[in-house]
Amino acid sequence: MNNLKMAALAFAILSLSVMAEEKSAEGKAADEIAKYREMIADGNPAEFDEMRGAEIWKTSAGPKQANLELCNLGKGPGVVKGVYAELPRYFPDTKRVQDLESRLLTCMSSLQGFTEKEIADKAIGNVNRKPAIEALVAYVVGQSKGMPMAVSTRHPKEKEAYEIGRRIFFYRAGPYDFSCATCHGQSNRRIRMQDLPNFTLKKETQLAYTTWPAYRVSQGLFRSFQWRINDCFRQQRFPEPQYASEATVDLTMFLAVNSNGANYDGPGLKR
Amino acid sequence: MNMKWIFALTFVLAIPLQAAEPSLDAKARAIIKRDFQDKGIAKADRVIQDELQVLCTRFRDNPPKKDLERIEKEQTRAIKWPADGQYMGDWKAGEKLAQSGAGMTWSDKAGDPAGGNCYNCHQLSAKEIAYGTIGPSLLHYGKLRGNSVENQRYVYGRIYNAKAAHMCANMPRFGHLGILTEAQIKDLVALLLDPESLVNKD
Ligand code: HEC
Ligand code: HEC
Repeated sequence: MNNLKMAALAFAILSLSVMAEEKSAEGKAADEIAKYREMIADGNPAEFDEMRGAEIWKTSAGPKQANLELCNLGKGPGVVKGVYAELPRYFPDTKRVQDLESRLLTCMSSLQGFTEKEIADKAIGNVNRKPAIEALVAYVVGQSKGMPMAVSTRHPKEKEAYEIGRRIFFYRAGPYDFSCATCHGQSNRRIRMQDLPNFTLKKETQLAYTTWPAYRVSQGLFRSFQWRINDCFRQQRFPEPQYASEATVDLTMFLAVNSNGANYDGPGLKR
Repeated sequence: MNMKWIFALTFVLAIPLQAAEPSLDAKARAIIKRDFQDKGIAKADRVIQDELQVLCTRFRDNPPKKDLERIEKEQTRAIKWPADGQYMGDWKAGEKLAQSGAGMTWSDKAGDPAGGNCYNCHQLSAKEIAYGTIGPSLLHYGKLRGNSVENQRYVYGRIYNAKAAHMCANMPRFGHLGILTEAQIKDLVALLLDPESLVNKD
């Protein structure tokens, strides 16, 4: 990003947050967001997180003072290019299907000596605390930009993860009787002014899934797909899904496989 | 081989098979039970389904007629009607409730009043343009339907328990599952039916 673009970006973020406070007419807000998107068409604040992640990737850390350059995200130790377009996948060493976050936990524990729990407990950040794992996510997904989604269901465990993910998607429970499908099971629906993609259709799933993880303008933060699922379970009035747990990985598998064929286009930029 | 033996054999074969390979439904359920944790007021046991939720999940909101009729009858019978026979409260309080999207998430505090979330899913007054579309538009609801006592009672029932009318409807059961109180539901009935309410007068 050049300096001029950065200045435009800073200005756009500022005006957008002022706008949010004004609670302006919704039509106007939608226009402003469209304008904002145009202004930063080839720049996204997530680029800062990508750069930070690239640094963290090669910097020694943890009790073992090692970096992550030997981390195997599915295409061999150290390979980052294109891995996200093929995740989640089955890993023979852990004998589990893993998404990116779950696999990063494996690497940070086996290579660097952290415990998975200490990372997972603080994996979702806020304005004051930006965890390393989120920056790593930004870095890794950025290395799949433009590549076609090709998530495998060849291994029986991959097929099973997909099938279980589908069941979790339709699982109704809690004080409001909601499932993911309550909000994401029909087209052209919205909550207040927020459009709801229909994840029972391939086209809409592809469009949403390939633009996550994303920088969220309303929060001023980069957010991982684990965060996206976590916040939707909150709105679903469910208890909290454990970070990178099988339930969240399987749900991700369901959406990822249904996105196959589309070009990955993240990190995205969201409201 | 006679029939008795065939029966016995299938029985013996079937049991270990089932034990070794639980159905994917059962597996999904076990994973859900294990992978969610308490957070604030949202306790882990919320993932445990009641019978209605089990059936709506299993049949993708399209349960067999037999189950549907039985459950809708049960849900209808469980509606607690106001003891004083009054169904209408204060529409202004109803509008406030309808606007509020708070309630029952882990970011809500214990004791904080729950909102109705109505505008999240419905158009109600012409004034509020930030409305959702998961449910049908309720604009001019009273003007279109009238506010007879019969209709007041009908609307009270729909808000108290949306599943009494349609077993797998996407609308929550506000009274049945204790999200809103009797007085709050009355305020919402007034919002929909009072001729002076924002919903009917614009
Ligand atoms: C009560 C409503 C509700 C439920 C239930 C719900 N979501 Fe969402 N979801 C939303 C809203 C609202 C948005 C848009 C949020 C925004 O604009 O910030 C959204 C956005 C998303 C997105 C990003 C879409 C995009 O285009 O950027 C994904 C992915 C998603 N939800 C997945 C899920 C999954 C998986 C579940 C079930 C675990 C689920 N949602 C349950 C309301 C819900
Ligand atoms: C999550 C979405 C959602 C929320 C929240 C919600 N509704 Fe609904 N509502 C629906 C849907 C969907 C229907 C249609 C249900 C059906 O098929 O029976 C409906 C139907 C209704 C009806 C019946 C309309 C008719 O045809 O007679 C009334 C009345 C109603 N809602 C009122 C409310 C009120 C008042 C609130 C707030 C306390 C509310 N709803 C909250 C989704 C919702």
